Amino acid sequence: MTSFDTIIIGAGHNGVVAAGFLAKSGRKVLVLEAADTAGGGARTVEFAPGFRASGLAHVVNRLHPQVMSSLKLDRTLFEGEAVPTLALDAQRGPAVLHGGYGETLEGVSETEAGAFAAMRKKLLLQAGVLKSFLTRKPPRPGDIGLGDALQLGLTGLSLLRHGRQEARDFARMLLMNVADIADEYLTDDRLKGLIAFDATLGIHLGPRSPTSLLGLFYRLTGEVLGQAGGQYLPKGGMGTLARALETAAIAAGARLRFSSPVAQILTEKGSAIGVVLKNGEELRATEVVSAIHPVTTLQTFLPAGEIDTGLSRSLRHIRSKGNVAKLHLALDRVPVFTGVSLKDQRGRLVIAPSVDHVENAFNPAKYGAFSADPVMEITLPSMGDLSLAPPGACVLSALVQYAPYDLKEGWENGKPRFLETILSTIERYAPDIRSSIVAAELLVPPDIEARYRLPGGHWHHGELQADQLLINRPTFALSGYETPVEGLYLCSAGSHPGGGLSGVPGMNAARHIIAASKARSRR
Amino acid sequence: MTLDLATRKAAQPHFHTLLLESPFHERLAALDKTNDWYGWAGHKAPHALDDEELEYFAIRSTAAVFDISPMTKYRITGPGAVAFLDRLTVRNVAKLGINRVHYTAWCDDHGHVLDDGTLFRLGESEFRLCCQERHLPWLLDSAEGFAVDIREETGEVAGLALQGPTSYAILKEAGFAGVEALKPFQIGGFAHEGCTVTISRTGFTGDLGYELFVPRALALSLWDRLFEAGKFLGIRAIGYTALNRARIEAGFIVANADFMTAETALRGNRLRLPDEIGLDWMIDLEKPNFNGRRAIMAARAGKTLKHILVGMEIDGNVPPEHALVYHNKRREVGIVTAAIWSPLAKRNIAIASLERPYGERIQDGLWVEIYALRELQYQKLMKRARIVPRPFVTLARRSANPPGLF
Ligand SMILES: Cc1cc2nc3c(=O)[nH]c(=O)nc-3n(C[C@H](O)[C@H](O)[C@H](O)COP(=O)(O)OP(=O)(O)OC[C@H]3O[C@@H](n4cnc5c(N)ncnc54)[C@H](O)[C@@H]3O)c2cc1C
Repeated sequence: MTSFDTIIIGAGHNGVVAAGFLAKSGRKVLVLEAADTAGGGARTVEFAPGFRASGLAHVVNRLHPQVMSSLKLDRTLFEGEAVPTLALDAQRGPAVLHGGYGETLEGVSETEAGAFAAMRKKLLLQAGVLKSFLTRKPPRPGDIGLGDALQLGLTGLSLLRHGRQEARDFARMLLMNVADIADEYLTDDRLKGLIAFDATLGIHLGPRSPTSLLGLFYRLTGEVLGQAGGQYLPKGGMGTLARALETAAIAAGARLRFSSPVAQILTEKGSAIGVVLKNGEELRATEVVSAIHPVTTLQTFLPAGEIDTGLSRSLRHIRSKGNVAKLHLALDRVPVFTGVSLKDQRGRLVIAPSVDHVENAFNPAKYGAFSADPVMEITLPSMGDLSLAPPGACVLSALVQYAPYDLKEGWENGKPRFLETILSTIERYAPDIRSSIVAAELLVPPDIEARYRLPGGHWHHGELQADQLLINRPTFALSGYETPVEGLYLCSAGSHPGGGLSGVPGMNAARHIIAASKARSRR
Repeated sequence: MTLDLATRKAAQPHFHTLLLESPFHERLAALDKTNDWYGWAGHKAPHALDDEELEYFAIRSTAAVFDISPMTKYRITGPGAVAFLDRLTVRNVAKLGINRVHYTAWCDDHGHVLDDGTLFRLGESEFRLCCQERHLPWLLDSAEGFAVDIREETGEVAGLALQGPTSYAILKEAGFAGVEALKPFQIGGFAHEGCTVTISRTGFTGDLGYELFVPRALALSLWDRLFEAGKFLGIRAIGYTALNRARIEAGFIVANADFMTAETALRGNRLRLPDEIGLDWMIDLEKPNFNGRRAIMAARAGKTLKHILVGMEIDGNVPPEHALVYHNKRREVGIVTAAIWSPLAKRNIAIASLERPYGERIQDGLWVEIYALRELQYQKLMKRARIVPRPFVTLARRSANPPGLF
């Protein structure tokens, strides 16, 4: 039986980031991963012979600069891959957003471009204020330290620096719905539909649901390669990013073991002392860091009764049922999207022609049915990276919403019908596509749950809504990456600030663990 | 749709009987002279049936019968019962022998006491938990991951406490052969009407005494059997007032009288950790995690315990019920939660909740301020209070083996 300082459960990107930081602090770190590669939701998979795509996440838009710099990721790996967003409209042609979330626009009237610029400026300013919360442990009432108070004060000040009007607008807009903001600033349905889609992607809300603007704020707190609201598709798919992180962690001294699913966390008198693998093997460590779903960690892996009843009640109420389906199409030729230039087809193509479309797509999901006219974002990764498909062929990767985890009719029945619905939707924008399909793979949330060991198949490992944010993420008693079990920490997307490929939960948790153990040894 | 009143009433039968009658009600009502009933956990229970003094002295001089049927009772069974109860309660259940009873308490995540009660181990994996409040949702939620079955049996089981020096003699006379073998906190099963009566040598009086449980249908026949046997042994049915005096002498605390239970308290500063109500001795930090363990450890380590429960002896003979406690007659440091003139100790005794360090590090200089209402005029008394250990009264007959035949 080997012993480690730190065992990390799960080599998703957050687990690997945490491993890098913790190994750098001098710890002997072992990462245990159930799958045969690292990355979790950020893997490259071959879904049909010769056709490869990013398994779940397919666009990078929030990998944190501190993760990049601390782990010394090679920027050049991703430079030159930034792509535009296209808000498709089969009749009018697309509105094209270049640069960080539409620094410049193409295909819209000058007036509308001005209106969008004003909205973008406002939202980026507000997101800039929120951004400072990403890398901080959320302050908890009762034990707010001087540092926390200072930071909170500074956040307030940074807002006031922009004038009282900005502070008022911030307070006014923070919990609004995205549809009202769209109406407030914009007239072009393509742009309105786009922000409605972006605000709700991965979240169980429609654009008219209260607080739906938070999702857009969250997106805009992201930056890549120095560009707020920027995005890129890594060459070789998301696996490239996962490999870069893995290489950094290994360089820092961490070890990774694959095909090693953890079945249990070992405790002794309330402290974590190691883990048991599914095959019965026991591994010891003084710290166990869980980079998988918080509810699985505490409800399934700990011995019954290890956490108190009140906490276990609140875990049961964490909402974590996914809504997003993943579609992979192997195409024997490059599809033609009406009105879209070949160059722009490297970008993110969004089908969400109006706010109503997004709202109507959401409505059935409330009652356990999939959208009859779904909204989606499409990428054609092989356009920028020929290695992903056989010569002349093409890969289509799409995130389709809404696909409720608990489909009333059952997914066995529903899936073929949903696939057909999606394909006929795409056909409206790329009329000849169907005849080019060689293979299709549709993953609905239960499939994602099974394949990626991601409970509920949820983007964020738990709804990213006002009641499950900050000090309430994943739930109040667990908000500081710590758990009641001494030496057991949480660091997946389910912890603050949330999901997406950012590495922030992993980085924050590692920093917290390092600081806490320093404080302990000073005592 | 509007329903007329009669239809609505008929659909809500629980409003018809605001207070349920105990399985022994017929017998209690027949003996009742004072018509002084109160509500105990939804049941009609007597404060007293007759003269309070006589009822108290029945406990101490002969034998008293107190109906404990309204007490909330849960049956907990299954292979995971011990592990479950260990997770639920603060004491070590693995150490509780079969056919033994222990007094225990349970807490929420914050270590605040939800209730106290008695746990009866009826078999390897069969338990009865008796308490004041109702806790089914909490028990069921706490049972997640444990192989247990939890059922409330309050209404199905009738219970009597038979307490006092002649209690053993009455059981013997009633023909419960072998009852003399029961040591304190021990349980035995005895035949009654083709069924079993569960008798434990337990009680809430600090005296020699027993508690008897039978299926509801056998309640009256059990009562009659005891009263027939006790005819010449001074048996008397009593109400809560007399019992309360005996329990104060024995130093026992009562939920929502000496402390507020965590789910009853409306004010945050009324919540109490076990250490704050004198239950620290129960806590077993060596066993696997139990609800509140971490909070209790943190409070101990961080020295954030705010209150303490103490026994006090007060000068004079006026019981300082709910009086304020002062340090050096000036600084308010707590409240008396229960107080009586103890006929047995011949002293004025009280249980009080104090704010630490008073009662802990600072034990001297305590006073109580008594407002004695004397014919529409308050007489304000400032009396010296001394901290003394509980119980205030210890009776050798309570634990004598074999039990005395008085
Ligand atoms: C359909 C979909 C599309 C998405 N698209 C994007 C996108 O385009 N851009 C973006 O930024 N984000 C996207 N996301 C979100 C993103 O994928 C997640 O937020 C992210 O993967 C979370 O990372 P993580 O490291 O916290 O957890 P995960 O990526 O879930 O990694 C957890 C790891 O733990 C492993 N594991 C689980 N159980 C065990 C066990 N018992 N023992 C050992 N290992 C175990 C898993 O195999 C996995 O490798 C998408 C999510 C979904 C569901």
